[in-house]
Amino acid sequence: MSIFKIFDITGSGMNAQMLRLNTVASNLANSETMAGKPEEVYKSRHPVFESVFNELTGDQGTVGVRVKQIIESDAAPIAHYMPQHPQANKEGYVFSPGINAVEQMADMISASRSYQSNVEVMTTSKELLLRTLQLGRG
Amino acid sequence: MSLTLDKALGIHQDALLLFERRTQLLAENIANADTPNYKARDIDFNRVLNGEVSKQVSLQTDQPQHISLSQSALDASIEYRVPDQSSADGSTLDMSKEQAAFADNTVRYQTTLTILTRRLGGIVSAFRGE
Repeated sequence: MSIFKIFDITGSGMNAQMLRLNTVASNLANSETMAGKPEEVYKSRHPVFESVFNELTGDQGTVGVRVKQIIESDAAPIAHYMPQHPQANKEGYVFSPGINAVEQMADMISASRSYQSNVEVMTTSKELLLRTLQLGRG
Repeated sequence: MSLTLDKALGIHQDALLLFERRTQLLAENIANADTPNYKARDIDFNRVLNGEVSKQVSLQTDQPQHISLSQSALDASIEYRVPDQSSADGSTLDMSKEQAAFADNTVRYQTTLTILTRRLGGIVSAFRGE
């Protein structure tokens, strides 16, 4: 019965969105992490999704989603002149990742909305399934 | 007088199958909301009802080694959605459209379920002769 597959599909969607929320949390938490060298600075991460067909059953109809890769941003680190900072280099500079908090918050809201949509689909499908099981009783 | 259950339930049992398949398709679309290059799919209820896609799609085989590839009428009626506007990541998905379609499909599914329940109730009361 194909309505059972919906739980796999929305489950994969929720999993992917949860990973996206995790990367946002990681990026925001590390937005003020300083480093003494530009190459040691934290790089913000973004997941890339791809749709996945069910290879085991050969069923072309079942399309879930999975995380294809996590790309690291190549944004240039920002240099701050802070000679008193314990990690400052000889010239007195420390480097922070140029993470845009507004961008991250927008990404977070987008992930949260997509997650909610998946939950809604799962809840509705569950209700439909339960009602179908009760067919002919009422 | 003969009573066949298939006739008594009419078109509604097929409609239930169709709505179920459509629920799955829309769930796929919503799960792939942020997938680049995803092509959203849907079933056009009116076209299936009018029998436009009722023909089974199959490959002709004239050798025993050939593998016949056949598709059910339901799967043959799945179509790609035409987007209203293009998006930067190549996805043809419009989330609000999918949500509206999902709500529409849910109501149709529940309506069909209710009709089926009433039909079955009618048959049962006919058997009992109450």
